[in-house]
Amino acid sequence: MARAGSDGQTRRAFGVLIRIDSVTKRYPDGTVAVDRLSLEIPDRSITVLVGPSGCGKTTTLRMINRMVEPSEGRILLDDVDIMQQPVNTLRRSMGYVIQNAGLFQHRTIVDNIATVPRMLGWGKDKARARARELMERVGLDASLAKRYPYQLSGGQQQRVGVARALAADPPVLLMDEPFSAVDPVVRKGLQDELLRIQDELDKTIVFVTHDIDEAVKLGTMVAVMRTGGRLAQFAPPAELLSHPADAFVEDFLGADRGIRRLSFFPSAGLELLTAPIVAVDATAEQIAARDTTDVPYLLVTDLDGKPLGWSEPRELTAGSIAVDQLLPYGRPFVAGTESLRAALDCAVLSPTGWAVAVDGEGRAAGVVSQQTIGEAIRGAHAERRADGTAEKAQKVAR
Amino acid sequence: MNVLNHIDAFFSDSAHWQGYDGIPTRVVEHIEYTLLALGIAAAVGLPIGLLTGHTGRGGNTLALVATAARALPSFGLMVLMFVLLGLGMAPVMIPLVVLAVPPILVTTYEAMRSVDPAPVDAARGMGMAEAGVLFRVELPVALPLILSGLRSAAIQIVSTATIAAYVSFGGIGRYIIDGLYQQNYEKVVGGATLVAGMALATLAVFWAIARLTVSPGVRRSS
Repeated sequence: MARAGSDGQTRRAFGVLIRIDSVTKRYPDGTVAVDRLSLEIPDRSITVLVGPSGCGKTTTLRMINRMVEPSEGRILLDDVDIMQQPVNTLRRSMGYVIQNAGLFQHRTIVDNIATVPRMLGWGKDKARARARELMERVGLDASLAKRYPYQLSGGQQQRVGVARALAADPPVLLMDEPFSAVDPVVRKGLQDELLRIQDELDKTIVFVTHDIDEAVKLGTMVAVMRTGGRLAQFAPPAELLSHPADAFVEDFLGADRGIRRLSFFPSAGLELLTAPIVAVDATAEQIAARDTTDVPYLLVTDLDGKPLGWSEPRELTAGSIAVDQLLPYGRPFVAGTESLRAALDCAVLSPTGWAVAVDGEGRAAGVVSQQTIGEAIRGAHAERRADGTAEKAQKVAR
Repeated sequence: MNVLNHIDAFFSDSAHWQGYDGIPTRVVEHIEYTLLALGIAAAVGLPIGLLTGHTGRGGNTLALVATAARALPSFGLMVLMFVLLGLGMAPVMIPLVVLAVPPILVTTYEAMRSVDPAPVDAARGMGMAEAGVLFRVELPVALPLILSGLRSAAIQIVSTATIAAYVSFGGIGRYIIDGLYQQNYEKVVGGATLVAGMALATLAVFWAIARLTVSPGVRRSS
């Protein structure tokens, strides 16, 4: 998921960098929505604007496509002032996704998505073919093409909104609280989908949300804004969590920022114990031979090596392990790919206090105690402090 | 039943089906008056309603004008216009148009105002020109309500166009006015029945127009 880095120069030729240069938005009644905001939004990455309501995040986003005109300051796209091109040409070069999708209810799904290509003068067939391609890209079944928006669920409508914004393949995507109105499960799906699409398409995305978890999950860079339209902190999420700039940011991040920060530490360094793993057909001798001095429980797996549950060693009788008597193991974490946060979560959820690590195929790779995870966390913190790489920390698993 | 007898007698008299005072001629005249008045009223009411609704400006002025126009009695207005302008189509059309503009204007304005602002914002944000926003985003969604305004205007015109006969024009009003003058109630009732029938036919026509022009996506979601 590392996007910054050494090939930044070659990438810049294709991406679009947005520079917000000392921009103020003042309304006729004297209200200041955005106050001398300067922000360099990196190309080919997701920059999240987050903050409480009234912090000017949406106004900032809407100034980028000139839905709101700045009172002072400039906004540059790849060093060109956005005022230098006709407003509708500018807007057609940027995808725009809003809350509740804002679909055209009188148009079918495929025609909704084809809107911008049609405005750009594409033929009907070409635009529709492109629209169908995008439906697939955002995970919409082709059978929905001829439906109308009212026939779709909120999550599906939002996918259509994203597809519509991507239709003309714009280098920039502006997203204004796009996932706020859907339930948490659907929201998570949409977020994962956005990250997947971004991995394929590498757009410059500006994303507005009031949800700090969403910001930390999606953002390569996160701009925290405070009431009155001022920037409180602009940093990668890991740095935000480890070094909040002030009490406002710290408060906004919430009480569990320490736990959330663990998502940026890999679980790869965890020492996994394999001795307590026994297959369901193990013999009494094999069980007795296990070194269980540190582990009060054994993890029983099926014949493929997939975990079934925990058992105390003395309850295991060879050949007749009662699978339905095993203690549940909660949720396993994927060794190496998932973060220390996932590992800790598994250990906390496990009734034995031990987390189960699995490989990519779901086979048990080892077990690890809360204590070991705690040591790994302390070690990771020490390492970060030592080489000062907190700023460069990338997410391990989302 | 007296009335039914009158109706039966009126419609079964073959003399009523031919000539310059026959039912087909009068009905066609009536339709002509209606279409002319509705056309003029729509030409005035629709653009103003669409524009004020789109911009959201002038709603109060509009409501004021509409209320004032509704307070004018059609018959009185026609007589006044007849006195002022003399014999001609204008004294007939003016009251009919004055009658029809308020429902068209007010419902069109309301229809445009009631369009969900989110798709409009999305359309502008993706670079659609204002005319496109009006005609391709707002109008298709506002259409059912706009048509209902046109429909009530049309029905009011159909029933009021009978007054044309007072100033020596034709239409179905001829039967009612002549019938009253001649104390021929068969004619009066027959004319009234024709007017009622035409009002129902107007409903049917607008239902068909809505079927043809309103998108299924709008029809079923509203």
